[in-house]
Amino acid sequence: MSPRVTGAVAARVLTQLRRDPRTVGLMLGVPSMLIFLLHELFAGREAVFQHVGGPLLGLFPFVSMFVVTSITMLRERTTGTLERLMTLPLAKLDLLAGYGIAFAVMAALQASLVSAIAFLFLNLHSVGPVWVVVALAIGNALLGMALGLFLSAFATTEFQAVQFMPAVVLPQLLLCGLFVPRAQMAHWLRVLSALLPLTYAYDALAHAIRGTFNARFALAVCVTVGATLLALVLGALTLRRRTA
Amino acid sequence: MEVQPGIVVEGLRVERNGTGVFDGLSLSISPRAVTGLLGPNGSGKSTLMRAIVGVQRVQGGTITVLGRPAGSSPLRRRVAYVTQAPSVYGDLTVRENLRFFSRVLGVPLARIESALETVDLQRAADRVVNRLSGGQRARVSLASALLGEPEVLVLDEPTVGLDPLLRRDLWETFHRLAQENRTVLVSSHVMDEAERCDELLLLREGTLLATGALPDILGRTGARDLEDAFLRLVDEELS
Repeated sequence: MSPRVTGAVAARVLTQLRRDPRTVGLMLGVPSMLIFLLHELFAGREAVFQHVGGPLLGLFPFVSMFVVTSITMLRERTTGTLERLMTLPLAKLDLLAGYGIAFAVMAALQASLVSAIAFLFLNLHSVGPVWVVVALAIGNALLGMALGLFLSAFATTEFQAVQFMPAVVLPQLLLCGLFVPRAQMAHWLRVLSALLPLTYAYDALAHAIRGTFNARFALAVCVTVGATLLALVLGALTLRRRTA
Repeated sequence: MEVQPGIVVEGLRVERNGTGVFDGLSLSISPRAVTGLLGPNGSGKSTLMRAIVGVQRVQGGTITVLGRPAGSSPLRRRVAYVTQAPSVYGDLTVRENLRFFSRVLGVPLARIESALETVDLQRAADRVVNRLSGGQRARVSLASALLGEPEVLVLDEPTVGLDPLLRRDLWETFHRLAQENRTVLVSSHVMDEAERCDELLLLREGTLLATGALPDILGRTGARDLEDAFLRLVDEELS
C-alpha cells in the first residue's frame, strides 16, 4: 500500500463526483429536505422530532454512500477499469482506502450541512457535542460504503445494484430501533436486529444525542467499527486479480 | 548483452464457463519485435492476453514474462495491458484519466503530454471521455497504457475502427517501441494487419495454426496472403 496511490484513488473519486454536480446536489439536498419534512410532519410534537430526527442525521450518509458505492464499484467491474487497476502496481487496500477517504469527505460535507440546518434552524438539539454526531455520521458513511462495495460483487447490472438499497438498507432502518424501540419488538425481531450493523450505528447516535456516553455507547461504537472492518475485508475478498 | 526472453507460454490450460479454451498451448514471443496475434473472433486471443497480464484464472501450465511468472507484482509496472473495450473512466476528461493512471504508476506528469501526442489526442485532452467517439476512447485507453513506458505492451485489438492515417501512425509507434527493446503483442481479427507485424501467431479455436514471419508462413503454405494461408492450414488440419 502506498499513500501516493491511495491519494490518487481518492482524488479520482472526488473528481468523478465533482464532474457530476447533480449527484452531489442530490446527496446534499435530499437529506436536508427530508429532515425539514420530518420537522414539519412532527410540528408541535418536538419530543418525537427530537427522537427520530437526531439519529436520522447520522444515518443519511449510510444510505447515500451505500448507493453511490455500489453503483460506482459495479461500474468499475463492468467497464473493465477494475481489471486494468488489477494489472497496475495498486494494492487492493489502496483502492479501498482511496474510496474510503473520498466518501468520508463527502459524508463530512453532507453531515455538517444537514446538522447545521437541523441544529440551527429546526430547533433540534443534542446534549452530547455536535461534532460527535458528525463523526458518527462519517463512520456510518464508511459502513455504508463497505457494505455497498461488498454487495456490488453480487450485482451484474445497475438495476440489481439499486434494488439492494431497499433489500439491505430498509430492513435495517426498520429494525434498528428508530421507529419502534427494540425492547417492544417481538423476540425474534429483537434477535434479528441484534445481528444487523445499523442497530449499533443507531444506538451510538441515540446515546450521543442524549449525552449518555456510557458503556453501551462504547459497545455500540465498537460493534459499528468492527462491522465496517468486517464488511471491508469481505469487500476486499471480492476484488480479485484473476477472474474466470 | 543479456538476452531476456519476452513471453514464454508452456502447456497453458484455460477453461471458461466449463468449456476448454486452451488445452496445453505453448508458444514464445520474442522481445524487440511486434508480434501479431491473429485469429477470428472467439479463437482465444483475449483469453491468452488476459493470461499473459495475469488477470485470467488458469487451470494449468506456466507463463513467464521477462523471466518472471505472469501477473507477479514486480511485473505490474513493467507490463501494460489495453483491453478491447476501452477501460477508462467515462465521466472524467482525457487528461484527468491520464493524471490518475500516471499517479498510480508513479511516473512524472510530463509523460501525459507525450502520451497524448502519440495517440493524437492533444486537442481533445480536456473533453469528457463519454462525449468522445469510440475510436478516441480507444486511444485514451492506449495512452493510459503508454504512460508507464512499459517493457511489455499487450494490446487487444487497438486499431479497430480507427482512421487509416492514425492506424499507420500507431503501427509506427508500435515498431518504434519494439526497437526501444520492448515486447509488443497486438491482437487483431483483421488478417490484413499481418503485414505490419514482425512475427505472427495464428490462432484458431485455442490452437496455434502457425507461427513465424509472414513471408515464411506464406512460403510454407504456398498461399497468396494470410487469409488464404489460414484457409489452407485449416483444411490441412481437417484432412
